[in-house]
Amino acid sequence: MSTATDTTLQQATYSKTTFGFWLYLMTDCVLFASLFAVYIVLRINTNGGPSSQAIFDLPYALIETIALLTSSFTCGLAILAARRNKQTQTITWLAVTYILGLTFLTMELTEFSHFVADGNSWRHSGFLSSFFTLVGTHGLHISIGLLWMIVMAARIMRQGFTPNTLRRLTLFSLFWHFLDIIWIFIFTIVYLMGGANL
Amino acid sequence: MSDITHAQEHSQGSYASYIIGFVSSLSITIGAYIVVTHHKYDGRKLVFTLMGLAIVQLYAQLVFFLHLGRGSKTKWNTMLFMFMLLVVFIIVGGTLWIMYHLNYNMMSPRGITHYVNSQDDL
Repeated sequence: MSTATDTTLQQATYSKTTFGFWLYLMTDCVLFASLFAVYIVLRINTNGGPSSQAIFDLPYALIETIALLTSSFTCGLAILAARRNKQTQTITWLAVTYILGLTFLTMELTEFSHFVADGNSWRHSGFLSSFFTLVGTHGLHISIGLLWMIVMAARIMRQGFTPNTLRRLTLFSLFWHFLDIIWIFIFTIVYLMGGANL
Repeated sequence: MSDITHAQEHSQGSYASYIIGFVSSLSITIGAYIVVTHHKYDGRKLVFTLMGLAIVQLYAQLVFFLHLGRGSKTKWNTMLFMFMLLVVFIIVGGTLWIMYHLNYNMMSPRGITHYVNSQDDL
């Protein structure tokens, strides 16, 4: 009897926190929407500096995109492993996700440092300011996700699977898939359309 | 815990759904890249093609990765998502609408110089 009540209670907490987290993600979408709007308006204001076509490296951006997309996929595999109670497998897929996420972030920061080294920092033009704000905000979310992954993996390794583990993993996977979806639009609107000089 | 596992299993996908999602997203991404690098289209046509591909990929990831709209429990999630889309549409669409008309209705800097020069008494 008491275990049945416990399960119902856990299930209620599960759906409540998932819903609350989903609500947060939707507001985060609105934040990104306003940054996208600013970027689209300011993208032609180059103030005599380089245009988007001149500085974006499309093959590089494609590799970044594939790294993030694959990490989103492996994050899903981690969830599936956790649901089957396979601890080692979960940790392994989380580690793969972490490495791919870190690859993505490193590539993005390398790109930023190249821009700044070439004198194209955010102070140069409206286009570059809005570019760094939009892509930088996404990068900040990725860094937070990487930190979150370390905390979660450490918890699983120390305590093993607890009733809360699956819930935390589910929230994390929502966050990570969401960041991949935002990146699709950054890749399309900023890189592909910028590279085609639209 | 295992009860939750079974309850969620039905609505939250399997290996097949993740693999379908991954393969379709990957091919759409590479497809969009090829459309741009091979200069197949330009101008307005390219914008619509790229945005169309991005929206198809958004849909694929929502269904196969986020499992939106599956199971009765996600009804409110879907409604929140729809409302978010409305807000995003108003913000982005409204901004572009206003700013493009602003550009159209205002003089360019060169136009202002020309205007000032043409007025002898200024």
